[in-house]
Amino acid sequence: MERIRNILKKCLAFILGKSKSILVTIKPSLIAICMGLIAGIIMMLIFNPSETLSGLRNLLIGVIYRNNQLNLRGILTTLHHSTTIILTGIAVVFAFRTGLFNIGASGQMMMGAYVTVHVGVLWSLPAPFHWIVGIFLGVVAGTIYGLIPGILKAMRNVNEVVTSIMLNWIAASLLVYLVNRNVLNPFTQGGSQNIQPTAIIPRLFSNYQLTIGFLIAIAMGILAHFLLYRTTLGFQLRASGFNVDGSKYAGMNTKRNIILSMGISGAFAGLAGALLFSNYGKTLSTEVHVFMEGFEGISVALLGLGEPIGAIIAGIFLSYIKQGGFYMQPAFRPEISDMIIGVIIYFTAISLALQLALKKYSGKIKTFIKRKHLTTREEDEQ
Amino acid sequence: MTYKIEMRNITKRFGNLTANDQVNLQVKKGEIHAILGENGAGKSTLMSILFGLIPADEGDIFIDGKQVHIKTPNDANRLGIGMVHQHFKLVEAFRVIDNIILGVEDVNKGLLSYQEARTKINELIKLYGLNVELDALIRDISVGQQQRVEILKMLYRDSEILIFDEPTAVLTPQEIKELIAIMKGFSREGKTIILITHKLNEIKQVADRCTVLRRGKMIDTVNVIDVSINEMADMMVGREVLFDVSKAPQAVGESILKVHNLTVKSPEQTFVKNVSFEVFSGEILGLAGIDGNGQTELIQAITGLRPFQEGTLTFKGIDVTNMSIREKYELGFAHIPEDRQRYGLILDFDLQSNLVLQNFYMEKFQSKFMLKFDRIREHSEKLINRFDIRSEKGPSTIVRNMSGGNQQKAILAREIQKPHHLLIAVQPTRGLDVGAIENIHKQLIDERQKGKAVLMVSLDIDEIMDVSDRILVMHEGEIVANVLAKDANINELGLYMLGEKREANNDGAHS
Repeated sequence: MERIRNILKKCLAFILGKSKSILVTIKPSLIAICMGLIAGIIMMLIFNPSETLSGLRNLLIGVIYRNNQLNLRGILTTLHHSTTIILTGIAVVFAFRTGLFNIGASGQMMMGAYVTVHVGVLWSLPAPFHWIVGIFLGVVAGTIYGLIPGILKAMRNVNEVVTSIMLNWIAASLLVYLVNRNVLNPFTQGGSQNIQPTAIIPRLFSNYQLTIGFLIAIAMGILAHFLLYRTTLGFQLRASGFNVDGSKYAGMNTKRNIILSMGISGAFAGLAGALLFSNYGKTLSTEVHVFMEGFEGISVALLGLGEPIGAIIAGIFLSYIKQGGFYMQPAFRPEISDMIIGVIIYFTAISLALQLALKKYSGKIKTFIKRKHLTTREEDEQ
Repeated sequence: MTYKIEMRNITKRFGNLTANDQVNLQVKKGEIHAILGENGAGKSTLMSILFGLIPADEGDIFIDGKQVHIKTPNDANRLGIGMVHQHFKLVEAFRVIDNIILGVEDVNKGLLSYQEARTKINELIKLYGLNVELDALIRDISVGQQQRVEILKMLYRDSEILIFDEPTAVLTPQEIKELIAIMKGFSREGKTIILITHKLNEIKQVADRCTVLRRGKMIDTVNVIDVSINEMADMMVGREVLFDVSKAPQAVGESILKVHNLTVKSPEQTFVKNVSFEVFSGEILGLAGIDGNGQTELIQAITGLRPFQEGTLTFKGIDVTNMSIREKYELGFAHIPEDRQRYGLILDFDLQSNLVLQNFYMEKFQSKFMLKFDRIREHSEKLINRFDIRSEKGPSTIVRNMSGGNQQKAILAREIQKPHHLLIAVQPTRGLDVGAIENIHKQLIDERQKGKAVLMVSLDIDEIMDVSDRILVMHEGEIVANVLAKDANINELGLYMLGEKREANNDGAHS
């Protein structure tokens, strides 16, 4: 008995100790979320003061609880929509942890999406293999597209931010060209054909949109964490990310690390595109545009504090707020939730700076008061 | 009499270390006052307190007999105290004149006005002979000229007290002569100068009085004219530290590293010209020279951090000219790098990860690409105990939070424990306190007793003389001398370092 109690005590102490340090780590995100919600409330007060309270309630808990019952559809839709941004978030996080800024997740995602649609429309394979092959080749496409800025950075020291932004637009145009050439829907002329039923990824529950893609995304978050923190590869990649000269000195192949890291990051983004477009009824448009989910991945990565597990949580959270925005209708436009997300991201980005500024400022005030005190004393002495 | 500056009973502690212990400093108006002491003796701490960079725990400061409270460098500036830091604080992309007026610009209707500033600066330049092109960009001018910009910054702010922190460390002999002349000019104009240094010759040449610090304590203040260089050295080193490193005789063995006709250049500059030498097992080969004469580039080329254009490297008979850094480590290279924070460590990693930085992929620490964290921890605990690496959280301490001395110990531990035949140690004691220096010297000599080859680069000629068995001197990218330490004398080495003398024939092997 005594022993069990001791063990329990230790466990409790461990959890308490951990939770305190976790709280400290996620403080910037929490501050940012609060600021976002405050901004949301102010906006709601301006547009429709009488409905503010009910609007806020719908925004915050409409996804879970609505019309006096559990809102299962809301929850599952939220998770479904989070799948893509979790993965693009992981893509950005992975590159970030290794010292690279992959702003090209959109482009890598588009290439993944196209290849998956291509396989889904044009190839004929039996059911489980068809979607598996489609998604797998989508990941390969994303990887290859991610390798391009990686190789340019490693071999020619070209800034990956510049190249990957440009590659986004190349991907956007290439996508339209390929859709028009290979998989154009002859009836609508405005998009790709529907993928074959065998190429559609299975749902988790037949009545809801949520697919096994969500589970894959969670697994990828854990995989990315594992890869970064437990393997020799992750050790090298992180070392290069923190200190290129130091890892070169330690005998690591920093050029290879940059290429690998961008390739892996591209793979996650490619998977995001592949999973999104193996859903029922998803087609590629023939209008040139860059997928926004890639940029949302940057937001997810920021709010998730640059950690893969954080990206999972942040992805679900942002998707939750977005979904909550729909339940604010008709009193409010759902764009309110987009604005809230914007403010949250803004404050995540500056919250560290904000904390530092507060610290500095408080110090200055103190010295100012002290100096006043001292000068008066010196005058007295004279 | 009233002193220009008086610091009374200054005490400053960092944790367990007392950097300044009841230090008194009295500086007269218009004198050049040297502060002498070894690395870690507390010179920089004392000056940082005077300049408002760090607060003192105890003690008072008086300027012109009036007690003052200096909390920030801005307070110091207001009191007419200026400082030239060892590492300059200039904006590289700005012009010289912009750097001088930065922070105290004249503004006319919202626009910068240079006219008055330019007149004033030109007068200062003429008065003190501080020639520098006002419209050149900082990044385009030499280090010596950058130092003049720092000096002009102080003068432009009408500083009456000028602090120089190790000003000659980065200068060529010619520039040092000019600087000494400039400092004497300041003294003639009635400015008060504090010179921080550990170079005895310079003090003899330029200073009026000298305060000696040792291990945080003030030993004495003397008139420079009354004491010899040897007496000052005795005061600085003290009796309790043995600087005569005792070495048992050790037979020199086979050739470990052979460098043949090595040339390192960039498109603009040749750093190393056709250098050849050998390091043998059982010897410590000291590479001496004034900073910036190609030592850094030579070592980087040998270790693989920098490509070289001509020449070959042979390690125990194996051609390693084109080998990767990792392959060299596997053959038996160990390297204590010059810049420990840039190269030696990943500062944001924990201590245990840093201790396996070069061999994390080996069987011992890895299976099927998974790191064996229990083994890594075990390994690090062993090293922490053996080398007395002190840190807050042991193996999990983030290295950035460790002190410089312990960071250096961590590198030393990692490099010495791994299997190797050659240890390359570049400035292994830079920035360390006396005790740590002694310990590192002992470790280097242990290496030699074990029959390893040691190549040590140091800017400190005394360290070279004490520790090495054989000495190479580099000047402007060439090896100009190759002498046995027991036959060498410091004056002769100094002449070699200045390039005023060179050996007719040196092939880098034993003569």
